[in-house]
Amino acid sequence: MALFSNHLHLPKNVDMKDRVADFWRDDAPIADPKKHTLRPIVTGTSVLGIKTKSGVVIAADTLGSYGSLARFRDVTRLMRVNDSTIIGGFGDYADFQHIMKLLEQQTIDDKVIGDGVYRDAPSIHSWLRCVLYNRRNKMNPLWNTVIVAGSTYAGEPYLGYVDKIGVSFQDKSVATGFGSYIAQPMLRKAMEENPDMSIDDAKRLMVRCLRVLFYRDCRALNRFQIGVVAEGQCTISEPISAETDWSVGANPSGYE
Amino acid sequence: MYRNQYDNDVTVWSPQGRIHQIEYAMEAVKQGAATLGIKGKNHSVLVALKRASSDLSSHQKKIIPIDDHAGISIAGLTSDARILSRFMRTECLNHRYIYGNPLSISRLVTSVGDKAQTGTQIMGRRPYGVGLLVAGVDESGPHIYYICPSSNFYECKCMAIGARSQSARTYLERHKDEFKNVEELNDLVAHALRALRDCLPNDTELTTKNVSVAYVGRGVDFTMKDDDDVAEYLKSIEEEKASPAPAPEEGAGESMETTQ
Repeated sequence: MALFSNHLHLPKNVDMKDRVADFWRDDAPIADPKKHTLRPIVTGTSVLGIKTKSGVVIAADTLGSYGSLARFRDVTRLMRVNDSTIIGGFGDYADFQHIMKLLEQQTIDDKVIGDGVYRDAPSIHSWLRCVLYNRRNKMNPLWNTVIVAGSTYAGEPYLGYVDKIGVSFQDKSVATGFGSYIAQPMLRKAMEENPDMSIDDAKRLMVRCLRVLFYRDCRALNRFQIGVVAEGQCTISEPISAETDWSVGANPSGYE
Repeated sequence: MYRNQYDNDVTVWSPQGRIHQIEYAMEAVKQGAATLGIKGKNHSVLVALKRASSDLSSHQKKIIPIDDHAGISIAGLTSDARILSRFMRTECLNHRYIYGNPLSISRLVTSVGDKAQTGTQIMGRRPYGVGLLVAGVDESGPHIYYICPSSNFYECKCMAIGARSQSARTYLERHKDEFKNVEELNDLVAHALRALRDCLPNDTELTTKNVSVAYVGRGVDFTMKDDDDVAEYLKSIEEEKASPAPAPEEGAGESMETTQ
């Protein structure tokens, strides 16, 4: 007997055959009219974020992987929500598009009301946490980790992380997926050595991290965008690439 | 306002283009005891005259806290006010939970107005018979809003509603351009109490029993003061004359009586 069943477990002595549709029969095939999320299909890999004293830098490559196939190579995984926030999406791209649509509608609604109220980065982070946690509770998650980068109402830089099970926190540097293993230590070391990092330093650091990710993450692409929220600007760059040197790959050892 | 054949339902227009039921609902506010609100540079203040239905009962509470950054003062049907205040509290709380910050006052007031409007347009329903003075503070500073039973709402520098409130409005009009520069909270409360004093029925005084004071401001949570806590504010205006001095262009001072 299955642990989960879509129909009622009726006692055997009740003869429902004459009275209800075949759907309710114990031996009827289980046909879900609505499926819950099982697995991500088109996916994005690492998103990186770093917060300096003057602003926040966020980066993600432009690849939508279809399993191991590098299928969609011009995908934008960073979104400029409003003048104060950029988000980056890791995980299922369709679910991220849904999130982007919801956020876009929020921004439109705020503009239409026209009272000057807008959502700052912490508000969007909090809202996203509610949405993702709520979906997780319904056992139908949006299969994403979202990095929220921006500024507060007071103009302070803000960097947040929220994932598909509703875990949410802020930090000076954040990364998703492979980035949390490979890039996060690099980001932390750099911040320790240079606490007064400038935005340009941060951007260069991002490129270094993305290059290492391209070397080491099989689902990464050497084409990425960098978003900056600092000193009144909130922009996402055009896609750029990092210089790579694969000469060390000629004679690997230890993989025999 | 006389009875006519167009005033039984809120869904009936009169030939003059009026809906009498809504206007009658606004009369309910004038029956309630006076209350007023003033917005200063950094604070919003509410004061209210509490009425006791008999010598045996306590004075009816007029000021209801909504959230740390907002509160209301009511005039009219108290039970309607409870429903609206409960709605406002859940709106504020939901917003804090979802967005992590206080709901801006204009959005709060708009949502109350939208809710109240349904009672002015659906058969079988009636308007809420209570006027609300909303005092709150948000990113854009302190605010005073007045929400009418007609479901209209107005942002105000200062406003007085309830019985004999015309005299208070006169005082407020005289001083309305000074308020935005008042930085000291106690000065703002003093202004409010002076205006409230003009709403008193004959032979009564402002006492710690019948006055309620509340304030909210930048960095100052909504705070209500009742009973003995009000004494210090009453003391600060005690020394002054009961009626405000007339402005130069006016004749003898305003009488305390008003149209009713």
